[in-house]
Amino acid sequence: MNTRALPYLLLLPATLFLLVFFVYPFVQVAVQAFVGPAGFTTDNVQTMVKNFRFWPSVRNTVLLAAIVVPLQLVMALVMASIVANLKSARNTILYIFTIPLGLSDLAAGIIWLAIFEQSGFLNSMLVSLGVVDKPILFLSYQNSWVIFVAVLLAELWRATAIVMVILVAGMGLIPKEYYEAAEVFGAGPWKRFLKVTLPMLKPSLQTALILRTIAAFEVFSVVQALGGTTLPVLVGQTYDWQFNQQQTGVAAAMALVILAISIACTVFFLRVLRTPKGATL
Amino acid sequence: MTDAALADVPRPVSEVTSAGKVLYWAGIVLLCAWVLVPIYFLLSNALSSPAEVTSFPKHWVPSFDMGSLQFFLSFGGVLKALMNSVIVAVLTMILSIGFGAPAGYALSRFDFWGKDAFRLLVLMTRAFPLPLLALPIAVMFIRVGLDDTQLGLALVHTTLAIPFAVLITFSIFAGVPVELEEAAWTLGCNRWQAFRKVVLPLVLPGITASAIFAFTISWNEVFAAAVLTVQNRTLTAFLLQSLNVSPLHLRFAGGAALVIPALVFIFAVRKYMFAMWGIANR
Repeated sequence: MNTRALPYLLLLPATLFLLVFFVYPFVQVAVQAFVGPAGFTTDNVQTMVKNFRFWPSVRNTVLLAAIVVPLQLVMALVMASIVANLKSARNTILYIFTIPLGLSDLAAGIIWLAIFEQSGFLNSMLVSLGVVDKPILFLSYQNSWVIFVAVLLAELWRATAIVMVILVAGMGLIPKEYYEAAEVFGAGPWKRFLKVTLPMLKPSLQTALILRTIAAFEVFSVVQALGGTTLPVLVGQTYDWQFNQQQTGVAAAMALVILAISIACTVFFLRVLRTPKGATL
Repeated sequence: MTDAALADVPRPVSEVTSAGKVLYWAGIVLLCAWVLVPIYFLLSNALSSPAEVTSFPKHWVPSFDMGSLQFFLSFGGVLKALMNSVIVAVLTMILSIGFGAPAGYALSRFDFWGKDAFRLLVLMTRAFPLPLLALPIAVMFIRVGLDDTQLGLALVHTTLAIPFAVLITFSIFAGVPVELEEAAWTLGCNRWQAFRKVVLPLVLPGITASAIFAFTISWNEVFAAAVLTVQNRTLTAFLLQSLNVSPLHLRFAGGAALVIPALVFIFAVRKYMFAMWGIANR
């Protein structure tokens, strides 16, 4: 076989697949949103924006991402630093830390439902401690902020692991000599973290932030499990338009909104955390 | 550091005071509890009878009553949904490795024009909310007759899994020295024989791990599954659509059914977790 053609032959299936199932649907989603029976139309966009749940869903989704991603970053940095310093039981603790990574977001929602529902474990704990007399109905539309907090905790619980794994992998690439050198110059653990770990971790931080922020805008099943439609979020509304209202054009317009926010965030993180060429390891 | 003379004495990097050590381990225990206790609550609920699930206050140790799980398994559509989940996940596994592994091999062994463009295409897929592509794909599938089929959903799940399959297999193949292959060639093997007899045995564990990872991605996916399947719902789609109408014990048993296989999968691939995500950086 011709050796020059071989790599292209090997790449062909994956490339064709991505063209058909990734690039083409991308074009198609815009077509679906803006082309009606009579050519170009903004009807779908108007219907979407006029819906009374649209702006709340934008607000909830963005707010959730803005709170959960920084918290996760800090928590993942703590967990990754702990793991990096471990000598004994490293693998066991690492495995435990990474467990939520393998769980479905729907499962995570149901797990936190077990805690927050009226006969759940949080109420059991509060009553047995004597904090309240009888169980509270946490997940109701009257106090939707509790649903928000529950979703926040579930997301924090579920998706911090992925950030941590990326950071642990990144920390493994930092040469030991850098720490030794910093120590020779009298840098304490905190200083070493600030002056060596953080700057060297920039590429990993960038990857983790991009992946996590995009995933945070996709929050859906956790919200469905904990609050149903009481707490509107973008993907939840998209699903509603597609599945319950059967308005695929409006659903496509919603998808475009999510895509636009995601791309904007990706570009933002690519610029802000840019590593100059040649500065990587 | 009260004494300046003390500060000048070099200390090993890992040396920590005993109070610090206690705090450090307390933190570790706390973080482990933060991860494990919620899962325990779910499993505890799944192992309680339906009456106990809604009773108050909760017992901290389950009664190991199989009532909830039996109810779940005998509930209409559950067994079919479980079957569909497995079928879709197996198809995803085969498709993503089938498409991804050759690409990973090509990236690890050859320098060719267009290599960077391909890498960019693969990396780009990770910067987009892929499940949303299920919306246009749903229309596409109706046209070609793939709507509401296991294969159709598996194709969408493959888009989610393929970037991982390519990057993971790339790093696994890159770990096998080219010299081994070259030695096989000089001993009379052709390219395919050398690959099958020398490279394949070495990479098989890693390929298996990435296959399991693909399986898990599909097993856990909710949005695309819920949008693309109606009659052939997967377990996640089934659970999502019955959230508002099903009793609590059904939801908890269903949640446990989702969680337990995933725990096993993650345990099986734990060694490769960092190879998988570490390479995702560059």
